Amino acid sequence: MPDRIFRANIPPTTVDRELSDTNLADTRRVDRAASTGLSRRGFLQGTAAAAASLVIGIHLPGKARARAAASAEGESAAFAPNAFVRVAPDNTVTVMIKHIEFGQGPATGLSTLVAEELDADWGQMRAELAPADTEKYVNSLFGIQGTGGSTAMANSYEQMRKAGAAARAMLVQAAANRWNVNADEITVSKGTVSHGASGKSASFGELASEAARLEVPADPALKSPDQFNLIGTRVRKLDTLDKTNGTQIFTQDLYPENLVIATILHPPQFGATVASVDDSKARRIKGVIDIKTVPAGVAVYADNTHAALKGRKALEVTWDASKAETRSTRQMEQDYSKAAQKPGLNARNDGDVEKALAEADTVLEAEYFFPFLAHAPMETLDAVMQFKDGKVTAWLGSQIQTLDVGALSNVFGVDKSNITLYTQYAGGSFGRRAQPGGEFAAEAAEVTKAFGSDRPVKFMWTRENDIQGGRYRPLAVHKMRGGLDKDGNITGWDQQIAVQSFMKGTAFESGMFEDGIDASAVEGSQAMPYGIANLRVGQHLMENGVSTLWWRSVEHTHNAYANETFLDELLEKAGKDPVEGRLALLGDKYPRHRGVLEKVAKMADAAGPVPSGRQRGVALHKSFGSFVAQIAEVSDNGNGEPRVHKVWCAVDCGVAVNPDVVAAQMEGGIGFGIGAVLYDAITLSEGGYVEQSNFDRYRSLRINEMPDVEVAVIQSTEAPTGVGEPGTPPSGPAIANAWRRLTGKSVYRLPLVN
Amino acid sequence: MAVKFQLNGKQVSADVEPDTPLLWVIRDTFGLTGTKFGCGIAQCGACTVHLNGFAMRSCVTPISQVEGGMVTTIEGLEGKEARAIQDAWVGIDVPQCGFCQSGQVMSATALLKETPNPTDDDINQAMAGNICRCATYVRIRKAIHNAADTLEG
Repeated sequence: MPDRIFRANIPPTTVDRELSDTNLADTRRVDRAASTGLSRRGFLQGTAAAAASLVIGIHLPGKARARAAASAEGESAAFAPNAFVRVAPDNTVTVMIKHIEFGQGPATGLSTLVAEELDADWGQMRAELAPADTEKYVNSLFGIQGTGGSTAMANSYEQMRKAGAAARAMLVQAAANRWNVNADEITVSKGTVSHGASGKSASFGELASEAARLEVPADPALKSPDQFNLIGTRVRKLDTLDKTNGTQIFTQDLYPENLVIATILHPPQFGATVASVDDSKARRIKGVIDIKTVPAGVAVYADNTHAALKGRKALEVTWDASKAETRSTRQMEQDYSKAAQKPGLNARNDGDVEKALAEADTVLEAEYFFPFLAHAPMETLDAVMQFKDGKVTAWLGSQIQTLDVGALSNVFGVDKSNITLYTQYAGGSFGRRAQPGGEFAAEAAEVTKAFGSDRPVKFMWTRENDIQGGRYRPLAVHKMRGGLDKDGNITGWDQQIAVQSFMKGTAFESGMFEDGIDASAVEGSQAMPYGIANLRVGQHLMENGVSTLWWRSVEHTHNAYANETFLDELLEKAGKDPVEGRLALLGDKYPRHRGVLEKVAKMADAAGPVPSGRQRGVALHKSFGSFVAQIAEVSDNGNGEPRVHKVWCAVDCGVAVNPDVVAAQMEGGIGFGIGAVLYDAITLSEGGYVEQSNFDRYRSLRINEMPDVEVAVIQSTEAPTGVGEPGTPPSGPAIANAWRRLTGKSVYRLPLVN
Repeated sequence: MAVKFQLNGKQVSADVEPDTPLLWVIRDTFGLTGTKFGCGIAQCGACTVHLNGFAMRSCVTPISQVEGGMVTTIEGLEGKEARAIQDAWVGIDVPQCGFCQSGQVMSATALLKETPNPTDDDINQAMAGNICRCATYVRIRKAIHNAADTLEG
């Protein structure tokens, strides 16, 4: 998702009112947010297991009361004062996580916020992914329910704390009523409510049913940061154990009764369609039930996965390529390059860059080529769907639930009120599961619908579907020109970016575009902090039939690479130190940029002199509100390729709710960036055929290629910002800068290793 | 023809097509879902199980080759090395998305059984077949060392 606060432009019926953090009240509908609703071998009724709990609802205005969640036991003992917090009689506190969890940590992070204000014991905390329900679980920065742009913590920080504080206040009041004492004499610590004078105490679970009958406080007081016990500390991640012993359930692991497995064969070119199908061989495979042509290709339905895969292989399909994108990568690069030679639409234009370059003592020019990149999450895209009695139930690693529900509604032709979507834990995303048109959800729905029965269908992409399935990080060409005066000052900077927009034509277009500029396309360049008097950033939006999408840290990946490598080269030409040179250009206007850069320089210095045969490179970039600087230490692996030994990283993301999760996201973001910069490209041959299909030719970074990583998290009292993405953009330029200083070779074409 | 083998210590019989990969027998037939599908061509290691004590990729192992063998999945993993590895994983919160981690744990356990005190090079060699797109590699490396230290101590 883009690095910009925007609101999606979708029909008003689906855009729910903005959440008011100060307006604490009960949900009128006290239905507990449902769980995944599935056991390993059968569907549980999603809400049956909820029993009665205190659930706190935060959205609806006006006075209301928290109520015990409806259950067969009626007035039983649980407490659910809002849509986020449920205190059960067994003393567990479950937090409904409105953001999908795929490793970036919201299950733990959002639970920490609730536990902090609730004064819960960390051991009693549980996390559950919230189902699709835009009204309850809106991302207040998007206006719809969804995860992206590293916004989970930023938009939840106050909301989840207030949810916890409200529950705490009600539990305290319940204890006060029970013991007939003043509420302000009561203390709460580690999940125990106590009254010192009388020596009375009770657990949350014991007080749940009484608390559930009380009014939800409208504006509960929040702790000041000096009162924090959990925020800012490392608490154990709630999902680690299940992810270590194989019990974490992902969409791939759902096996409801009577399940049908479906696979799909996609066209080999973008925009091609099915002309004719010979499925006679496929139908003879034991276990294959049916074969249907759907808008996205040809679907094979089988009793088991092996048959569904085998059937897919046996299909003989003729494709209609009359509307297909048939250019090769090489041709696209030529087209983009041609555009980038001239000034585009100005995203930024300070001073007079042409004059500055004409008068410069030295002018450096470079043309950068960035390939398409696949996200390749470990779990390929998949879904389980059932269309029964006019109602749709979907189990999906949904990243933008509001849009996915919209897509299901369109395909099945049922009202959104008849759609239940259970958000599933997902095996990675890196942007891939967030789709502006709910395209994968729609494809799975088409496949499910075409089967024409009420059996649940598990639709599963193969790795080949994934690598060749498009929605790549866009191909981009940057034309850079920089001018130095005789003293080595950078007097002019011109950056022309040719790239395709994946916002155009989507629900995000109106929010992202301003005066023809796609804020995403130029992000990180438009806002470059360095003090260069004559600076221009031009945008050339290119047409391309290959589908593209946000990829971990979106367009910051190529923009930061061009900025930070070109700047480094200019500084080197001017005889300036890469750290001191950057600090001088930052001046005193960017203290947080300076803070991470100075910190990372200290870390690398503390490691001692650069060992012989190695070099270090630095890069600095702000994205998604967070500031990250990195220094990479690189040698030649003996084959003329870089080996990255070490990366030092300093990050300032405001309040670090869990510094260990922040560090883990930096480590992962760095590994993800390094893998792509060193090895990865999706390329198209003549005719528009993707040349990679699996991890053999679309390499992923492996453990033997992963450097040691040391992360420093800057202490801050600023509001928390994201960490899922910002670790990635500086990693590529830091390596390329080290490589250039080691070998004298500038890296203008990625990947570095061909 | 049914194929008989031991699955997590129990004698089982699978009446499936002989070219069915072990992975889908484990998952579809026996409902053990800790072992994952990631690539289907033995490139990513998400499907790693132990066959007769050795780590192998179940996505390319036809069930016909498993006749009479002993298969261990993440659900049946036992022994002091496995405990040490899993404790070490939990101790420093290795997983992110978690999807590859069953395979990582299977490979790491096999490594420790073979090489009780592995060097970084040993770890690289044994674990390079297991892709983690979240790049939790720094922690995987550390956790394996921690587990080895625990077993030594």
